[in-house]
Amino acid sequence: MTTGAAEPLLALTDVNTFYGQAQVHFDLSISVGRGHIVCLLGGNASGKSTTMKIILGLVKPRSGEVTFDGASLIGLSTPQIVRRGIASVPEARRLFADMSVRENILMGAFVRNDRDAVAQDLDKMLTLFPKLGQRLSQRAGSLSGGEQQMVAMARALMGRPRLIVMDEPTMGLSPLYVDRVLELIRTINQDGVSIFMVEQNASLALEIAHEAYVLQTGKIVLSGPARTLKDDPRVRDAYLGGSEAA
Amino acid sequence: MSSWLDYTINGLIVGNVYALVAVGLALIFGVSRLINFAQGSIYLVGAYIGWVAVVQLHTPLPLTIIVVAVVAALVGLIIERFGLRPLQNSVRIAPLLATIGISFVLDQLVMLTFSPNPRALPSQLPDVRFQVGGGTIGPLDLLIAGVGISSALLLFVFLRYTKLGWAVRAASQDRDAAMQMGVDVNRVNQTVFGIAAALGGVSGLLVGMYYNQIDTAMSLQATLKGVVAEVVGGAGNVPGAVVGSMLLGLVESYGVAVFGTSYRNLFAFLLLVVVLVLRPNGLFASARQAPPEPLTGTFIAPSRPLRIPRWALAVAVAAFAILPLLPVSFYVLQTLINAWLLGMLALSLTLVAGTIGQVSLGHAALLAIGAYTSALLSLTLNVPVGLAIIAGGLMSAALGTILISPSFRLRGHYVSIATLAIGEIVSLVILNWESVTRGPIGISGIPPLSLFGYDLISPASVYWFAFAVMVVLALLQARLLGSHLGRSFRAIRDDDIAARAYGLSLNRYKSLAFIFGGFAAGLSGGIAAHLYSYINHETFNTQQSILALTVVILGGLGNIVGAIVGAVALVGIPEMFRIAAEYRILIYGIVLLLLVRFRPQGLLGTI
Repeated sequence: MTTGAAEPLLALTDVNTFYGQAQVHFDLSISVGRGHIVCLLGGNASGKSTTMKIILGLVKPRSGEVTFDGASLIGLSTPQIVRRGIASVPEARRLFADMSVRENILMGAFVRNDRDAVAQDLDKMLTLFPKLGQRLSQRAGSLSGGEQQMVAMARALMGRPRLIVMDEPTMGLSPLYVDRVLELIRTINQDGVSIFMVEQNASLALEIAHEAYVLQTGKIVLSGPARTLKDDPRVRDAYLGGSEAA
Repeated sequence: MSSWLDYTINGLIVGNVYALVAVGLALIFGVSRLINFAQGSIYLVGAYIGWVAVVQLHTPLPLTIIVVAVVAALVGLIIERFGLRPLQNSVRIAPLLATIGISFVLDQLVMLTFSPNPRALPSQLPDVRFQVGGGTIGPLDLLIAGVGISSALLLFVFLRYTKLGWAVRAASQDRDAAMQMGVDVNRVNQTVFGIAAALGGVSGLLVGMYYNQIDTAMSLQATLKGVVAEVVGGAGNVPGAVVGSMLLGLVESYGVAVFGTSYRNLFAFLLLVVVLVLRPNGLFASARQAPPEPLTGTFIAPSRPLRIPRWALAVAVAAFAILPLLPVSFYVLQTLINAWLLGMLALSLTLVAGTIGQVSLGHAALLAIGAYTSALLSLTLNVPVGLAIIAGGLMSAALGTILISPSFRLRGHYVSIATLAIGEIVSLVILNWESVTRGPIGISGIPPLSLFGYDLISPASVYWFAFAVMVVLALLQARLLGSHLGRSFRAIRDDDIAARAYGLSLNRYKSLAFIFGGFAAGLSGGIAAHLYSYINHETFNTQQSILALTVVILGGLGNIVGAIVGAVALVGIPEMFRIAAEYRILIYGIVLLLLVRFRPQGLLGTI
């Protein structure tokens, strides 16, 4: 937990998760400070994506606490959690392939009822993601991976969330788009949205993050400010999951 | 060529009726990946509510339509809330089986309330025909077309321009992602079931008026037609369902024009099988799209099967073997003979549905093939009955496997649909191939059971014969499953892609399972034919297929002893409590529902 600073926006405390008999998380504790970008690093099967699912209420932990803005999320359904102000950019984008780009972006505002403001936000998205302007009436499934990522990010922003959780936002993108996505994450963050992202690509993620956690087979093995972790040789070891780090 | 125009108009009108059912099925499939076998029952309920409104309450037509839509929607909401929502996290086959159970229960409730006799449902519209080009069209045709078109428009507006409509579309494309946008999936499910039920109910009303007759057999027919139209259009594809329905209506109408009324359904099911084999994703699905059916593997409820020691089984077999020597009534023996015959069918189905994971809904067809083969051989060619029965088993094995083989490449729910269709096709061929099967008259005077020239007349001898055949089949099957073959079967059930990657030929193993299963079911059918001495195309119907499925689920899918225990229980318990025949189907439906909800692994556990 961040000490001294104000209460974190999102906090997972001593979370233990199981899939059947197999334990996925061991006393996992993570916190995301207000206005921060926090990234969770880890190799395959380290429990990264499950952490996302815990936050979104798609998987229920067996024990532990998850709070958002001081209130517990445990026992809430995914739609209820979304209404609290958490949006997601899921792994592999998960767009509604047969709906148009416009419809996809507007789906992000599903929980909102202020039509006029939604329309304004849609315009804002088109300035933030100018390429999408020409694609609005196209089937979302027909876009390239990078364009889909833009749609997924616009969709998440449309809910006016206080926190966006992103599952591997750069996965499968061309280098050009990777840079673009990272830049956008930074821009979004500068507008006051906190970001919690799961990444495999440690060096890229540490470029933009404020804090980072390294997850290895369900346990946090390292954590701290991104700047210090970037130079820590153990990050590479832990991230690769080979030798016994720490 | 005026008549052709008439047939076209008729096809399109009937297509409109099918579309009302199929669109509902497509909406539900889109959102929950479920083929709702209770859709026809809602259609039936709609027809009878309409009858009550028109004949007893004398409501005007617009009010009748509204009443039917509202009541049907309520039934749909109840089904979703209490029948299906509790199964959300269960094994994949559970909701499908639950809808079958629900449809049994609803159909029987309607039958018990209104009697099985057909009733007239007047349309209240003037009986005039207008000349259109070379054909004629009546007010009812226009009403049906009007209801069909306005429903389609309303649905379009709903899906395209309302928030809830967007939620439905989003949920049907990616359920999890929709939830992450804040969509309440339960509410979407409810909406979809309500709409589907309202459309289905109105469809039942219109059909009743169109033919001026309603009866309880409508239900299964409607489900089947709706499923055909939906699958032809591409499961879950709403506009596809409309086009599929029109196509089905036209194919049927032209088929009837050329061959006669009794061929109507044959064309429907042939269309389905052709589409399933050539384009399993429907006519309009784009090729790159993966089929919406998730992979196998979670199809069977995981469990630890109950271990029964060998000596206990031996004691049980011995006890049942000496039963006729004890002072038991003819009635008890009769009941157990039925149980042994059902047990053979269940052995076959537990192998096919349980061990290799192909949930067949048309297993009664195998009985019918065995029964007709054996009956005709002994009757027309004077083949000794014992040999004829074996020939019936072999014919079932061969023909059943050949008929089902086109669907070997299908998975999950599609296998169930294909087997259901093939079951119907067999029954329709029997109905229409009069020169061989004697058509609707059926075969009477089938010689009684006999073995090596000795007639098996006494109940005890029939009992021993049926019991012995079943025990031998069970031992053979146990032997089969104990070998590497059993392991291969289960590997295919649990993950067919992995099984194929390890070099297992799916076609070969599925064929082997159907050959063995077909033989067992064929023997059962053959024995039954000689026992009943009269059979027709309806002796072995879909109800029996579903009963067999309930038996094997009750016993535990894949469980040999379970199949027999299940057969004894489901035949015996209604007899024990002297439950009247008309309530039995109701009870089977309830048993199926309870099992799916509370004990999907059955009594003895799945293997």
